[in-house]
Amino acid sequence: MKIEVLGTGCSKCKSLYENAKMAVQESGKSAEVVKVEEIPKIMAYGVMSTPALVVDGQVRFTGKVASVAEIMGVL
Amino acid sequence: MLKETADYITFDLLGFTPGTNLGESLDFFLYDTTKIFLLLTTIIYVVAIIRTSFPPEKTKRILSHKREYIGNVLAALLGIVTPFCSCSAVPLFIGFVESGVPLGVTFSFLISSPMVNEVALIMLWGLFGWKIALIYIGTGLIVAIAAGIVIGKLKMEKYVQDYVWKMQVGNAEIIVMSFREKLDYAREYTLELLKKIWPYVVVGVGLGAFIHGFVPQDFLAKWAGRDNPFAVPVAVALGVPLYSNAAGVIPIVHALMEKGMAIGTVLAFMMAVTALSLPEAIILKNVLKNRLLAVFFGIVAMAIVCVGYLFNAIL
Repeated sequence: MKIEVLGTGCSKCKSLYENAKMAVQESGKSAEVVKVEEIPKIMAYGVMSTPALVVDGQVRFTGKVASVAEIMGVL
Repeated sequence: MLKETADYITFDLLGFTPGTNLGESLDFFLYDTTKIFLLLTTIIYVVAIIRTSFPPEKTKRILSHKREYIGNVLAALLGIVTPFCSCSAVPLFIGFVESGVPLGVTFSFLISSPMVNEVALIMLWGLFGWKIALIYIGTGLIVAIAAGIVIGKLKMEKYVQDYVWKMQVGNAEIIVMSFREKLDYAREYTLELLKKIWPYVVVGVGLGAFIHGFVPQDFLAKWAGRDNPFAVPVAVALGVPLYSNAAGVIPIVHALMEKGMAIGTVLAFMMAVTALSLPEAIILKNVLKNRLLAVFFGIVAMAIVCVGYLFNAIL
């Protein structure tokens, strides 16, 4: 599974990245969590409000820091 | 009722004498902080719920290929309800222009969204009353619409960074939240925002209370009164570095108005604080060439100065 955290490097993006890593750890699933900071890649997903969370190519959350529980719900 | 409680605590419980500088300052501080925090909590929560129904992706669809004028008006109005944080300004801008939202219409949105924001409105309503809050909304929208129309007329598309036009933008489907999720989102949003702004509110109201209690009446009338033609542009220039601190600035300005600062100058100053921010300019530099960035700042600053002179003349 691949989890991408989209955002241009604001503090909210960092919190979302941490939450995503925690969620993966707690769920026990094997997933790779990566930060995506390049604008073209963010725009390719059509996301206009960051931070956003993408799981296996599908946009699940935009414009908010999803909680660990919320992220576990979409893994 | 809040006023009575503040009076009771200050004058009965703590034993300050009414009419003394310290007593009046403390009474003012207690009353204003409780009132503002009550207003902030309830209204931010309600606004956050409303906003969940207007994600930027939806706003983009409404505005795409709209003609000017009607597009500018819609964009300014949607700017109030669409959540916007300057850290998302770049993806938002690219998403808008790529999907065919005209440049001038995009600017109407970018100007109205930070300027007509709920924190500024609550603070204005709580401290200055609903009339001033309404005037602020009305003139804020007019500034956003007019500046957007002017930028559209100037045909400045070539001063958008070239890569923006070549960008491939995907079409994310709009994520629909359940009512439960909306409430959760609103609660988190409210807590997060309050956590961020409470120190500014306390310090702002504290300074305001100090000015209220200790600075002589009409102290500012000479410099910031309506007769000084330089007061408005100076206020606008001072507002730029104080970006996005409406929560801290408004209580101070409120106290300054009591001491003789003219209302048009007050409005212009607050608009400059919310609409013209240096960090936003730096972020927008990623998508705008210097010339368009300068035109954007110049036109908005000019519009705000006009608002200041207008209200100094008529009120």
